[in-house]
Amino acid sequence: MSAAQRLRVLLAGDRQADRVVPPTGFTVWLTVFTAAAMAFLAVFALALSLATGRLADRWSEALARTATVRISAPEGQMQAQVAAVMEILRTTPGIATARVLPEAEQRALLEPWFGPDLPVAQLPVPQLIEVTEDGAGYDAAGLRLRLAGEAPGAVFDDHTRWRRPLVRAAGRLRALGMISLGLIALATAAMITLSAKAALAANARVIAVLRLVGARDVYIARAFVRRFAGRALQGAGAGTALGMVAIAFLPEADAAGGFLTGLGFAGADWALPLLIPPAAAFVAFWATRAAALRVLREIT
Amino acid sequence: MIELENVAHSYGGGELLSDVSLKLVPGSFHFLTGPSGAGKTTLLKLCYGELLPTSGRVGLFGRDLRGMSRDDIARTRQRIGVVHQDCAFLDHLPLDENVALPLTVSGRAGLSEEGNLRELLAWVGLTARANALPPELSGGERQRAALARAVIMAPDVILADEPTGNVDWEMSQRLLTLLVELNKMGKAVLIATHDLALIRAAKAQVAARVLRIKDRRLHLAGAEL
Repeated sequence: MSAAQRLRVLLAGDRQADRVVPPTGFTVWLTVFTAAAMAFLAVFALALSLATGRLADRWSEALARTATVRISAPEGQMQAQVAAVMEILRTTPGIATARVLPEAEQRALLEPWFGPDLPVAQLPVPQLIEVTEDGAGYDAAGLRLRLAGEAPGAVFDDHTRWRRPLVRAAGRLRALGMISLGLIALATAAMITLSAKAALAANARVIAVLRLVGARDVYIARAFVRRFAGRALQGAGAGTALGMVAIAFLPEADAAGGFLTGLGFAGADWALPLLIPPAAAFVAFWATRAAALRVLREIT
Repeated sequence: MIELENVAHSYGGGELLSDVSLKLVPGSFHFLTGPSGAGKTTLLKLCYGELLPTSGRVGLFGRDLRGMSRDDIARTRQRIGVVHQDCAFLDHLPLDENVALPLTVSGRAGLSEEGNLRELLAWVGLTARANALPPELSGGERQRAALARAVIMAPDVILADEPTGNVDWEMSQRLLTLLVELNKMGKAVLIATHDLALIRAAKAQVAARVLRIKDRRLHLAGAEL
């Protein structure tokens, strides 16, 4: 029998084979509940991995393309230094655009901290110049040297100083999310194994009788495997659905909180949690099968 | 079909059976006697592969039991009908499904076997009890059902462990008649019993040989019966 055929037989079910093992009652619900809880957690671990992945990508890509020059100079020299810096930036290969931030934009940046009535013009606020690099990139160290020589009040900031640890943290969070998914799968396997072993022990006599009348090991194992894979599928289905609903109704993170892009799925990512129930069934299948065949080896 | 050569078995401790040789051929009819605990059930278990010999060789349908895989043993058991001393039913399934269990587990259950099952139940007089659960049956009904289950696969060999253990004389006569009929169809029959009256009754109907386990060894009991 091919793998596909075997799978079809397994899913189509054998009413008769299911009946040879008596119903187990209460423990059914423990297995279903465990699978549901684990699937619920898996949805969040998955959302965490995907969201931090997006965050890390955004920080490393979008922010890498921009830099800032900050000029702090006495009132009289500001204009001259800005002009000098703009000249340097214009002649530096690898820089696409350089733009002096107008006063209105600078005020908008400061507003969250100082309120709307701040007289920016009367304060010694440094002038900001937004720099966008082109595809090829530029020599940051060389640029710093030239700026230091010609405009002593200018500080070049390409954001790497604070971006790098953030990207690293996001990457680490993504790895933790993946590890959590792995642990959830292992814990599910462990719990299914325990409950399968309990069911096998409770049915030791049934198993012995089936062996005596000529049942092959796979036949006996299948009766248990089908049951546990089915329960895991049901439970994980319910848990995944609940988890996805919970994620869908998370409060939207607005622009101000844009730092945390919000835990959630974007676009096609919504399809990924749908893989959790079949994965749970797969884990249950192998865990139960291994437990059943181990028990069967003990009897002739 | 079943061949024991110089077989010994021990459950740890001393040997229960030593140097046992036995050959079951088509159409043979054997009784196995001996006091309780002498090893009758153990000898039967060796014959259908539930126990392995501690020494000697057990051959099942021409193959050495030791060299057989678990699936080989399962398939071999489909050719050996066994009436277990405790009947070994599944208590949650009704009688008819218990009798059909060997068909179910070998994947042969189906409409074509439905008729056979009804016929067989009628033959052992259990048609009216087909839907009863095993715990609801009397001892005699259980043993007739066990016999029905043992023969439903049309096996080549029938091993019966005290098949008349807790039935009255009339019922044990009926069971014996069933076994004799099967033997006349060419099946090898081995019955473990300590019911001497049953053996005498059988000898009137069939050329039965009587084996006795004594002092760990298997003897051919002769004329005294």
